[in-house]
Amino acid sequence: MGSDRVDPTAQKNMASQGMSWITKVRNSLGSLGKRDTPDNLWVKCPGCQEMVFTQAWQDNLSVCPRCAYHGRIGAQARFSQVLDPGFAILTAPSVPENPLNFRDSKKYSDRLKAARAANPYPDALTAAEGAIDGQPVVLAVQDFAFMGGSMGMAVGEAFVRAVERAIERRCGFVMFTAAGGARMQEGILSLMQMPKTTVALRRLSRAGLPYLVVLTDPTTGGVTASYAMLGDVHIAEPGALIGFAGQRVIRDTIREKLPEGFQRAEYLREHGMVDLVVDRHELKATLARLLDYLTRKDVA
Amino acid sequence: MISFLDFEKPIAELEARIAELRTTAESGQLDLAAEIDKLEKKSAALLKGTYGKLSPWQKTQVARHPQRPHFLDYVRLMFTDFIPLAGDRRFGEDEAILGGPARLNGRKVMLIGHEKGNDTASRLKHNFGMGKPEGYRKAIRLMEMAGKFGLPVVTLVDTAGAFPGVEAEERGQSEAIARATEACLSLPVPMVAAIVGEGGSGGAVAIASAERVLMLEHAVYSVISPEGASSILWRTPEKAADAAEAMKVTAQDLLALRVIDRIVPEPLGGAHRDAGAAAAALSSAIGEELDGLTGLSADELTERREERFLRIGRL
Repeated sequence: MGSDRVDPTAQKNMASQGMSWITKVRNSLGSLGKRDTPDNLWVKCPGCQEMVFTQAWQDNLSVCPRCAYHGRIGAQARFSQVLDPGFAILTAPSVPENPLNFRDSKKYSDRLKAARAANPYPDALTAAEGAIDGQPVVLAVQDFAFMGGSMGMAVGEAFVRAVERAIERRCGFVMFTAAGGARMQEGILSLMQMPKTTVALRRLSRAGLPYLVVLTDPTTGGVTASYAMLGDVHIAEPGALIGFAGQRVIRDTIREKLPEGFQRAEYLREHGMVDLVVDRHELKATLARLLDYLTRKDVA
Repeated sequence: MISFLDFEKPIAELEARIAELRTTAESGQLDLAAEIDKLEKKSAALLKGTYGKLSPWQKTQVARHPQRPHFLDYVRLMFTDFIPLAGDRRFGEDEAILGGPARLNGRKVMLIGHEKGNDTASRLKHNFGMGKPEGYRKAIRLMEMAGKFGLPVVTLVDTAGAFPGVEAEERGQSEAIARATEACLSLPVPMVAAIVGEGGSGGAVAIASAERVLMLEHAVYSVISPEGASSILWRTPEKAADAAEAMKVTAQDLLALRVIDRIVPEPLGGAHRDAGAAAAALSSAIGEELDGLTGLSADELTERREERFLRIGRL
């Protein structure tokens, strides 16, 4: 899982090279004493490996200002980047917790506890209602930082509720996907979220409302093989990994090198699975234009 | 000749002993009838005991048994007048997923299912039952045809999973599975799915999103193979048995979780010991389920299907 935080040992190495440029920059920041320099002052771009000021990185929507690498972002950042001010987060539904009483090397309930402590929301999918350039919308975001964005009952139910809210409000539904796949700790119950979320989308479709999918890095497994591929329009962020099977599994099956750019956003566009690959800076405007085209006057 | 699974070793040894005694008896030197009878009873009791308490991992092995009846065996044993239809009309024909109209005890149905193959040549031909996008798109085509002409849909699910390969990804494996699941949910006709061997993840759910889902007694159905879960969650391939246990993959567990609706009993010692008996039980179970759905309107059917899946994950 790619961390956009700088590796502390790398930082130390750089700083130890006498009066390196990094030390100079650090010392020039009056508010930061040497000892309490936060680890996250710098971001090491996972794309070009360059060091970027966290502030500059965030100001650029977590896209590398040098190489345009699109970093992974969570629900909060996504809402504020895409929705107009004044949006409201939908309450997370209550679902049965640890229904199988699952335990691998750790208890699932402990994994959930740890994920909740490290993340702002109680599970991997969070939805909000609001507007995009004035057009009403319900928008849901899967957060890869929460147990790999994996789809269990909480994700499935939150998805269904968000779609139901869009139907109530007679507005479009925008889904930002990110997941390693289904949440194995919920066994078959996670697999059942594939048909379950599909049921909700059929209802949205029957109501004549648009469903826009934004595929973000990474979207794989059961999530790709259900709601991520059922949009009226599929948008992908540049470079996002999107696929059904994992690359290691495929490599083990075919025992040869995978093609260049395999399962990346641009590859999916080339193969007809994605309509548009859109830079994060253009995302809001693109969604607004599409919603405008796909909102029927007799429905709205 | 039955091939024995590891945990059947004591049964295999008894059977070998019985065969040996028979050979001796046939040579006419000794009367061994009483001894043979005793051992046969012992073997049957052992088989019953073993199969009465199979662990989830043992059931996984039974579900994958090379001699377990597969789609074409069931076609032969319980359907008549099957017309296999080929192709997705977009790219090609995928023999991992077979289908076409058939009669079940005279009743016209659209039959769709995975075929794993029974020997090296047929396994290769059917790609071990691992469907590619064109296979799932053929299933969609057949489901739409069934809807158009009022044929109930019966699916026999038996796959380790959808094929994980470059060409499958290239042609949109995910989209094909998502659309096949949607096609199941949209059917205006009754749909009954039966997991007859392995129900492997998305590749299974794509043709199993029915209002009635049955499982053979020793079939398994799971989100990922026990080996896959073991290597991801335990970071070793050694914990497959633990993973099978933890994930609740058996028909008995899934009935308790209300993910399936009915268990179809298998003959003693598993479907591979008496394919005819397994097919007969499956045939009558599917027939009864279809009877129960007769007369429901398209709206009632889709409503049932929708509620069935929406309720999973609600308190």
